[in-house]
Amino acid sequence: MTLKSAYMDYQATTPLDERVLASMLPYLTEKFGNPHSAEHRFGWEAEAALDVAREQVAGVISAPSEAITFLSGATEANNLVIKGVMEQWGRNKPHLITVSTEHKCVLEAAEVCRKAGFRVTLLPVGQDGIIDLNQLEEAIDAETAMVSVMAVNNEIGIIQPLSEIGELCRKNGVLFHTDAAQAYGKIPLDVEAMGVDFMSVSAHKIYGPKGVGALYHKLGKYTTLTPQMHGGGQEGGLRAGTQAPALVAGLGRAADICAAEMAQEQGRLTTMMNRLVSGLKKSAPALIINGHPDKRWIGNLNVSFPGLVGDRLFADIRGLAVSTGAACASAVAGPSYVLDAIGLSDMDAKSSLRLGIGRFTTDEEIDFALDKIAEAIAKQGGCE
Amino acid sequence: MTTPIYMDYNATAPIRDSVIEMVSLAMQTVGNPSSVHTAGRSVRRLVEEARVKVAALAGCRVRDVTFCSGGTEASNAVIRGSGAASIIISAVEHECGFAASKHAGVPTYVVEVDRKGLVDQNKLREMLREAPAPALVSVMLANNETGIIQPVREIADIAHEFGARMHTDAVQAAGKTPIDFNALGADYLTLSSHKVGGPQGVGAIITAPTAPLAPLVAGGGQELGRRSGTENVAGIAGFGVAALEAMDDLADMNRIGALRERFEADVTSHANNVCLIGLESPRTANTSCVAMPGVKGETQVMHFDLNGIFLSSGSACSSGKVKVSHVLSAMGYEDDTANASIRVSLGRLTTESDVDALIKAWISLYDRTAARVNS
Repeated sequence: MTLKSAYMDYQATTPLDERVLASMLPYLTEKFGNPHSAEHRFGWEAEAALDVAREQVAGVISAPSEAITFLSGATEANNLVIKGVMEQWGRNKPHLITVSTEHKCVLEAAEVCRKAGFRVTLLPVGQDGIIDLNQLEEAIDAETAMVSVMAVNNEIGIIQPLSEIGELCRKNGVLFHTDAAQAYGKIPLDVEAMGVDFMSVSAHKIYGPKGVGALYHKLGKYTTLTPQMHGGGQEGGLRAGTQAPALVAGLGRAADICAAEMAQEQGRLTTMMNRLVSGLKKSAPALIINGHPDKRWIGNLNVSFPGLVGDRLFADIRGLAVSTGAACASAVAGPSYVLDAIGLSDMDAKSSLRLGIGRFTTDEEIDFALDKIAEAIAKQGGCE
Repeated sequence: MTTPIYMDYNATAPIRDSVIEMVSLAMQTVGNPSSVHTAGRSVRRLVEEARVKVAALAGCRVRDVTFCSGGTEASNAVIRGSGAASIIISAVEHECGFAASKHAGVPTYVVEVDRKGLVDQNKLREMLREAPAPALVSVMLANNETGIIQPVREIADIAHEFGARMHTDAVQAAGKTPIDFNALGADYLTLSSHKVGGPQGVGAIITAPTAPLAPLVAGGGQELGRRSGTENVAGIAGFGVAALEAMDDLADMNRIGALRERFEADVTSHANNVCLIGLESPRTANTSCVAMPGVKGETQVMHFDLNGIFLSSGSACSSGKVKVSHVLSAMGYEDDTANASIRVSLGRLTTESDVDALIKAWISLYDRTAARVNS
């Protein structure tokens, strides 16, 4: 075996694409200006970077570029939408609907709203991780301001039925936000066709830099948000603070590459994922795939190995970078709330792994992972 | 045209070569700092090493440093998250301070400055008596437009006398004047990376051990729960390198200060009606705010631009919008003077010949316009 390690944690973060890095470097070196310095050339160059990136980011989801706001990442975007909508519209519509399996930052922002006196409904999900549209429709009432449902789940990779949700929201005059950190640039998304009013995007999940993201914010008076960061009036007043042209240029280029290579990437990853799954099934016939078997992002696999001790399994596969849950929760002990929500027992949840593959995953790495996991399973006497 | 001369360091500073190296290196290191596997831990280390360096720049404990997306976010987080019952803010703060306090949901009081640009301490005491307690007093360490340095220690002592907490925006002070968080006595201090030669999009909030901070951005609980969101690893690592070098640069401030003195002396001896702002107060060594009577700031900026010199007529975020500087108005300057002022901000790459060019361009414009207007 030649490999000593393999990175299979593409849902936590992705390696930076060299093409992205190349697009960023000029803004770190000669074009270092403050994009808000309107009085000289250094400022104009930096401002132009923002304009180009806005086009690139908007293009991926068929949005007009004016509807894109840059900020520090998907966490900030989710905070801005959830708190901003409730602050703006909550007086007449004090009800927010979201889902129990959302990313921690959506749940935390919703919790802030609840503490502020708003009503928050957390929808359950089925065993496949997908929400029940009938339940959603029942949950919507005259006071509902917004529904927030993520596009692709970060732990189990399932894809929520965005178009159907969007249609329901439109029919009921309710705003629709989707946290697309795990979906943007990976699966086709069209904000108009899907009826999405707000979409959160992260650069470091699409081979871009950490510390930058975008919010798609449908133009119009019904989608007004109360800004959460105040200051120099940048980004149309929606988000103050000096923009980072290097980071934003990186996000733009990353988005562009994803759009151009989406179909081809999906094909490549499907082949690779099939090999990974069938290999794992060979060494662990009892393996359970968590979440819907087909309605999922093909770069994510969340599996449980019934009967195995999770901690030992995780320790025995050292060198293979995978995770047992969402990265931000990695440092926190206790089983995943997402696996709990899809009805997994504590034991099965603790014996689960999240494997994420992506643009730079190689066949050798798949082999390495299969060998490592097979060895670890054998040490515990198999998984049948 | 010759090489452009950049004299707008207070808007943003050119990024340091060593920072670019570090940022590129960090960008090529894979991993989410919250992941427990080896890849995650190696990027976590980049963040923690930077924290040590930024703590050194601020003169605080390492664990009191919280990284965020920049000075604006840092100020917003403190002003809206300190839990104070009222906010007292100086009349010369950066715009983000005023904007944040407007949305803090508690009464806001603006404390005036005197002609020298310094906070009126008697007024501050009056306000502290009147404002709902506990108050948060927010006074910047160094001003972005004039470079004037406030006596933060004295202001913090007054605030504490009344049981208030004190925040100082040190974005423009870092790397220009030494900062010692403990000696300043502030409860909160905020920093920005791109003003010290680091990348844009990163900043830090320094909090005293007893100072509360409700997170502005909730989520995965990063940064000890004070600021959620995957850390901008490369940006933070770059900020660390910049912080370290910015401290070394303090030794260079004598040289930069001498360049500024030469500019100010030359224009004063050429034109006796020139107005130099902030001369009677301590200032950061790199900043000069100077009014050429009768000539609009924008006209001057354009003239310098044509001569390959880049500077501004106000702070960058508001340049482009034509309005009178609130800082100069607060100091009691008439609109005529405020509208005729420009900001020259020098930095580590500024040379003697750059300043020669600046003086020459200033004098030629003066002779063509102001001399005639004023004769």
